[in-house]
Amino acid sequence: MLAFLLKRLLNAAFVMLAVALLAFMIFRFFGDPVEMMVNEQATQSDRAELRERLGLNDGLLTQYVRFVGNAVQGDFGISYRNQQDVMVLMAERFPATFELVIVATVLSLLIGIPCGVLTAVYQDRKLADGLQLASIVGVSLPSFVVGILLILVFSVTLGWLPAFGRGDTVDIGWWSSGFFTPSGRAALILPSISLSLFQITLVMRLVRAEMLEVLRSDFIKFARARGLPLSVVHWRHALRNCLMPVITLTGMQIGNLIAFALVTETVFQWPGMGLLFIQAVTFVDIPVMAAYLMLVSFIFVLINTLVDITYAYVDPRLRSDASVKGGVANGH
Amino acid sequence: MTLKPKFILTSAALLLACSTAQAEVLKWGANRDIGSLDPYSYGDSFTINVLNHTYEGLVRYDENLKIEPALAVSWEILEDQITWRFKLRPDVSFHNGNSFTAEDVVASLQRVSHETSPLKGNLPAYVSSAVVDELTLDIVLNGPYPLLLNDLTNIHIFDKQWLVENDSELPTDIGAGTEGYATYNANGTGPFIVESRQPDAKTVFVVNPDWWDTPKHNLDGFELLPVTSPATRVAAMLSGEINFTNDAPVQDLPRLAASSDVTVLEGVDLRTVMIGMSFRDKLVNGTDNPFTDVKARKALYQAIDIDQLHKKVMRNKSRNAGAVVAPPIPGYTEALDERLAFDIDTAKALLAEAGVPEGLEFDFNCLQDGLVNEEQICQAIASMWSRIGLAPKLDVAPRAVQTPKRTNGKTDIYTLGWATLPMLDAYSPLLQIFHSKEGNSGVFNWGDWSYPELDALVESAGSELDLDTRIALETEALQIVKDEVIMIPLHQQPMAWATSSNVTAMPLFPDNKPRLWYASMQ
Repeated sequence: MLAFLLKRLLNAAFVMLAVALLAFMIFRFFGDPVEMMVNEQATQSDRAELRERLGLNDGLLTQYVRFVGNAVQGDFGISYRNQQDVMVLMAERFPATFELVIVATVLSLLIGIPCGVLTAVYQDRKLADGLQLASIVGVSLPSFVVGILLILVFSVTLGWLPAFGRGDTVDIGWWSSGFFTPSGRAALILPSISLSLFQITLVMRLVRAEMLEVLRSDFIKFARARGLPLSVVHWRHALRNCLMPVITLTGMQIGNLIAFALVTETVFQWPGMGLLFIQAVTFVDIPVMAAYLMLVSFIFVLINTLVDITYAYVDPRLRSDASVKGGVANGH
Repeated sequence: MTLKPKFILTSAALLLACSTAQAEVLKWGANRDIGSLDPYSYGDSFTINVLNHTYEGLVRYDENLKIEPALAVSWEILEDQITWRFKLRPDVSFHNGNSFTAEDVVASLQRVSHETSPLKGNLPAYVSSAVVDELTLDIVLNGPYPLLLNDLTNIHIFDKQWLVENDSELPTDIGAGTEGYATYNANGTGPFIVESRQPDAKTVFVVNPDWWDTPKHNLDGFELLPVTSPATRVAAMLSGEINFTNDAPVQDLPRLAASSDVTVLEGVDLRTVMIGMSFRDKLVNGTDNPFTDVKARKALYQAIDIDQLHKKVMRNKSRNAGAVVAPPIPGYTEALDERLAFDIDTAKALLAEAGVPEGLEFDFNCLQDGLVNEEQICQAIASMWSRIGLAPKLDVAPRAVQTPKRTNGKTDIYTLGWATLPMLDAYSPLLQIFHSKEGNSGVFNWGDWSYPELDALVESAGSELDLDTRIALETEALQIVKDEVIMIPLHQQPMAWATSSNVTAMPLFPDNKPRLWYASMQ
């Protein structure tokens, strides 16, 4: 088990290094940060000097090694645009993104699971058809379109909810939370709906497929034969047996949601990490871009590694070499 | 559970804050956030513009963009022609209560001109400064230089004691990887005090009750709320969540104007849009460059149907230009503003005379995120040029990608917008664009041209202290630009702001900078 654990961790470290290298190769195509940092009146020699001081004239490999060396010590440098320590900047923005993602996840479970059960149980009714159709719309509408539509309806026409921002926040230690103020809660509604729409349909479809499978099984027939009320059979016995894959999927999707929140954050001016990243791209703020990519890939690697280790713990067959390669590890 | 009392307290405090807040607080929905609270840390004119509400310079622009005294009350040039003596305004205090003296100005000038400051280019002639007495100060320049006051409008003055106490006498150095106190805190003399800041979300300014000037505004403060997505910004304007935006998207103007709660303010920017051409021997693809010949450049000019561009691409909102500077800029004359006529036959004849081969291919470099409707402008012009038998290859990409190509001479034809900021004088484009590329001049001379006669005129204008003589020299230099078609002027681009109906005054400045100390609300 120990050897397996070490192997997984080494793998994870290698993936992170590869991500950093790829990131550095891409940055060269983002352009020149110095042109964005100085005024129109700066002279050519001023520009060259600044470039030199930022270490941009060094070779790709030198820059990469320096970045990894510093990153290992937790130092991602100073943001070019905000002049702030990048880790502090990230830590400031993380709560906003995380709260948005958590609310979106909860929404997707609260709406997705009942809809999935309903469409499976009442397969032949109009209601199920309607929900299925709605789910296709949910999958196919891009989230920025959904965001703009929500803003038009609920902010401009009805005037119920704010169109942008996070409202007032309360600081609990270093964590700034929008849960404890009325404006903070109101501001969460539209972005979290827009972010969760895709997730809702995903959960719904998964629950439906699992339910159809389970409803055919023997123990459901026995339960019905015993004369249990249908609602108990469906919502307690059948649903419970569907939840394992839903929980796994939801866990894995949290990484995705954090990464894809950037579209929602841009539309709603949600001051999270995604918005920070988008602005960093505009201003060629290399330290911020690098740190963001590292952080997001770290979240993915962490979740995947944890899943692998858990599976290995549960299923001893996966610990042997041969099956690791083709196993669940690469299934995602 | 432990959170509950806290939550009740905060909501109570919030309710209280809401009920007492009938005050006039303007919500400014900008298209982006400021970089930091330190105007000297990043060469960004929007950041400087916003921070001008908190920090002030020795002089400032008035409502008509004429220079007027601010922290200095008077000035004179001493006999050596290179020393300027400023008398400072008495009884001015910083937001922290410290009084304003000549020491503060010297510390600020040293900070902005320090070698690690990205803004030192804003004070090109500065050599040193010295305190004469508490309210008098000398600034020594590297030669006779007429535009010091223009430069000083954008040099914000810090409190020396505050800088020393917080170890911020030097600008933030990103290369050294250090953070600065002034990045998070502000302490100026201006009409508004920074109360709080959450980057990318909200920066709150409250009115400074002890401002030295009599306020023309009636605001109790304002909030800077960046909303980067244009559609969201329009929605926020329509729903009344913001009272003002300095970037109303051109395509949404009819929608905003149709709302009874929104007023659209439209004007023409000072920014003149131009097309530049390479003067090098070879084009990027290795063929001979015909645009070294003035006839070929004229052909490109006369092939552009500016009225179509004005009508179709700019929706009648631009101002066609023949000069490379806008009318309010010193150096401009009406004669300069006459355009060469649009004439395809003449253009074709000129191309033939210059020996330009049929179907000549060249790069046409445009920005995705640059000027108003830049992509459409470039597409329109590219098709106009193909009508006279040329084959321009459009290359459109974001600024950060295109700028290195432009500065390294890796492009044949390119767009450029120049507003003469922050100087507001024709000297700015003449020195930065049209002067030969040497030393600190011609930084934007991307086509690599050189006209010694023009250089001489620019240099003598740069040391001519008599206003009329200097402007005459500048006009003469602009005439060479026009005759030689060094660049092709297109138009001054439109700008649009929008306010909600409870904003009663919001003067629209042609330099596209909001100055909220002239704004008022109901």
